[in-house]
Amino acid sequence: MEFEPVIGLEVHAQLSTRSKLFCGCSTQYGAEANTQTCPVCLGMPGSLPVLNREAVRMAVMMGLAVEAEVRPRSVFARKNYFYPDLPKGYQTSQYELPIIEHGRLRTEPEDGEPKMVGITRIHMEEDAGKSLHEGFGDNHTAIDLNRTGTPLIEIVSEPDMRSPQEAVAYLKKLHSIVRYLEICDGNMQEGSFRCDANVSIRPKGTEEFGTRAELKNLNSFRNVERAILYEMERQQEVIEDGGHIVQETRLWDADKGVTRSMRSKEEANDYRYFPCPDLLPLDVPETLVNEARSSLPELPDAKRERFITEFGLKGYDASVLTTSRELGDYYERVVATGADAKLAANWTMVELLGALNKDGRDITESPIAAENLGLLVQRIEDETISGKIAKQVFEPMYAEGEEPDAIIEREGLKQITDTSAIEGVVDEVIGENEGQVQQYLDGKDKVLGFFVGQVMKKTGGKANPQQVNQIVKDKLDAKKG
Amino acid sequence: MVRDLTLRGIQEGLRNKEFSSREVTQAYLDRIEALDPQLNSYTQSFREAALAAADAADQRLASGDARPLEGVPIAHKDLLATTEGRTTCASKMLENYQSPFDATVVARLAEAGAVVIGKTNLDEFAMGSSNETSHFGPVKNPWGTNAVPGGSSGGSAAAVAARLCAGATGTDTGGSIRQPAALCGITGVKPTYGRCSRYGLVAFASSLDQPGPMAATAEDCAHMLAAMAGHDERDSTSVDRPVDDYVGGLEQDLTGKIIGVPAEFFTEGLAPDVEQAVKAGLDQFRELGAEIREIHLPHYPQSIPTYQVISAAEASSNLARFDGVRYTHRAADPEGLIDMYKSTRSEGFGAEVQRRIMVGTFVLSAGYYDAYYLKAQKVRTKIRDDFAKAFEEVDLIAGPTSPTTAFGIGEKAADPIAMYLSDLYTTATNLAGVPGVSFPCGFGESGLPVGMHLMANFFREDLLLNAAHRYQQATDWHTRVPDSV
Repeated sequence: MEFEPVIGLEVHAQLSTRSKLFCGCSTQYGAEANTQTCPVCLGMPGSLPVLNREAVRMAVMMGLAVEAEVRPRSVFARKNYFYPDLPKGYQTSQYELPIIEHGRLRTEPEDGEPKMVGITRIHMEEDAGKSLHEGFGDNHTAIDLNRTGTPLIEIVSEPDMRSPQEAVAYLKKLHSIVRYLEICDGNMQEGSFRCDANVSIRPKGTEEFGTRAELKNLNSFRNVERAILYEMERQQEVIEDGGHIVQETRLWDADKGVTRSMRSKEEANDYRYFPCPDLLPLDVPETLVNEARSSLPELPDAKRERFITEFGLKGYDASVLTTSRELGDYYERVVATGADAKLAANWTMVELLGALNKDGRDITESPIAAENLGLLVQRIEDETISGKIAKQVFEPMYAEGEEPDAIIEREGLKQITDTSAIEGVVDEVIGENEGQVQQYLDGKDKVLGFFVGQVMKKTGGKANPQQVNQIVKDKLDAKKG
Repeated sequence: MVRDLTLRGIQEGLRNKEFSSREVTQAYLDRIEALDPQLNSYTQSFREAALAAADAADQRLASGDARPLEGVPIAHKDLLATTEGRTTCASKMLENYQSPFDATVVARLAEAGAVVIGKTNLDEFAMGSSNETSHFGPVKNPWGTNAVPGGSSGGSAAAVAARLCAGATGTDTGGSIRQPAALCGITGVKPTYGRCSRYGLVAFASSLDQPGPMAATAEDCAHMLAAMAGHDERDSTSVDRPVDDYVGGLEQDLTGKIIGVPAEFFTEGLAPDVEQAVKAGLDQFRELGAEIREIHLPHYPQSIPTYQVISAAEASSNLARFDGVRYTHRAADPEGLIDMYKSTRSEGFGAEVQRRIMVGTFVLSAGYYDAYYLKAQKVRTKIRDDFAKAFEEVDLIAGPTSPTTAFGIGEKAADPIAMYLSDLYTTATNLAGVPGVSFPCGFGESGLPVGMHLMANFFREDLLLNAAHRYQQATDWHTRVPDSV
């Protein structure tokens, strides 16, 4: 029997507000433990929360970006459970009435058809602190409450995805959008963008959902894909062995490449949600929604379409170049220098992104200014240098941040386009390689490449390749008489 | 000296240089030392800090820049956070807890010049109606030391009644200011929900809690409330609305005011001596020019169960933070995390607090939420609607504060339901959010005080204080001080 997975994702994105959701403490990551706290986020007796309006604006922006409805009145609720890094004994979240509902997102899975994924809801909540179990001796856990009270939005998808690739495509799209909106830094290592996956399988062609497992600790796109794939196979094995899937939470172990049961449905907490009596219902006035709407930046889909029509890019290239707002902006600045749009796309994607990826940097850390990459592309276009030489120029540009013209000048890389100079070298090469000339005359056309190669070698790659091709061919053909 | 002085009298005496703040502060501290071992109305007194504050107040009084309550010695219910001393909530859990901040009402009274002489005893976390659930032992009623002072602000009520302070703060979740005020023969105001900031009030039931003043007279309460009330940005539920001139409004004529008396109040459960005193009080209001009219609050009888469900639900969540991890009591040598939670909370909380946490946890649990919590919220709306309808036709609603005078220590301790009924008349105002005042209107058969309860529409504390003050101008119940002190 063939199975298909049914996948829904729950994504937590940490909002980039300067202060926490219910107090004035800084949200800066990496400060000394427990220095960014106050009586409110520590839940000291008698302290009370006051909502951060900037976090509301950001949540509304996210809602609009996924074409969702912004609820005019939503309600904060308490999610009650005991945990040492949860100082109040409850997390202030939203439950029955979230701020955002009924959205959708267009995704483009690699090697797949574009697909709309439904977004059930987006709600606001506060983060908990961190428990540190290592380095404090046996039986000791240290608690850092700097993160406590940091604003989060939880984005809950419909169970619309049918492969790990689709899930990753959805996640990448969300990731791209939160960064476009500048409401989340998207850092998965630091946990400011986290994902849980609900995964079940069912016989292909059937309607009914299987029992799902919730996968946690998926801290990279790669791990999301691996964990879902593993879980699909695990569930299939259980079913094929005549067993039943139990509803449970499973933890992904990236080192071992397996998911492990964390707690079953029976062990699950009863969170006893109820409306938080310390906070008034959250009213989002129409004016706030309108302001947020008018401040929305051009989003990835719109930018992608524009790149296709305006610059004649292929869909795939346009998608890559619009993954982040900064990358799109960079590319547009390259084109703005007057560089050819398609060539500029190639150089940005292949050479520059390749080098940056290798170094683990992103486009904002590019040592090459967009203007200089534009100049380099123009030097290829105006035949000052060949594409191959351009790669030689690119290297010092990337390493030292130098201008391309200065490098071309200094290294003497300017292309030789003087026909008589090229002819001289071609004659030399033909004179030195009689055997190969004979082969050509015997009809072995392939040997042409050998001559071109030799000429390029003698000119240090600077000869114009098209010209060399033509001249070599003309001269050899002339020998045929 | 201070035995015969009201807060207002002290205020005036200080202005007229009849005595200094140091003298009155010293006098109260001496009385506390002499009388409180018997009454147990304080959890702690602040001799040094109080005298230092009194000296500072005397300088201001001398230099003519005295603030409204300059040099007036008051006490705070030990449920309000203070940087001075400990904030115990009368619980073993917080026996040694020091707050890093002052409650907003504490800070405002300090800014008005009041001198804090100590913190008063209460039912543990304000859960109780008799002050018997305190970790520091029960408070005695100055009118009869075998009797309870009421609760949960029993310490504040007893301290005011015994003249161990000029006034005290209380907090009222279901009657915790008004019922002890009635049982101790003093005046106490529960303001409109949102009128006084809850910031720094250690939450029992957040949607019901409200701090307010307790003092000998309505006039005294008006002076205190003037300092306490007002919007606070740190409390999202506090209301941004100007504070009325409570003191300036005290003398308003009551002619033509309509006082509604719910028929539901004078039924089974009301002690005859209380009924008699309250009815006499109503006659007094008639003489003052008010019209007395029978009205109906049909959902009033449901207020106790509604209150019990909602307050317990909120309490179960509010008290979750007392877990042994940070500043609270922590059980010794627990076997793992879960055991630490269980042992800490079993040791740190008394029986009544544990009972309410369990009830609250139950009513919020999956499968019971709709039947209890949600249902209670619906009834709460109906109770609020009853009040709204009533206040379309009347200015005030009157009745007894509590069904009986002070009962004996230990008498109801074993019967929680009987104890809860002690708040029969008061919880509905908390559920609706409207204000109420209790003031003395006579004495019962056993010689214990009877309190009369007035309720008004949202933010009509001015009218409550005005009516109670006019009543007190015509009567002298509020001037009586128990012989034992």
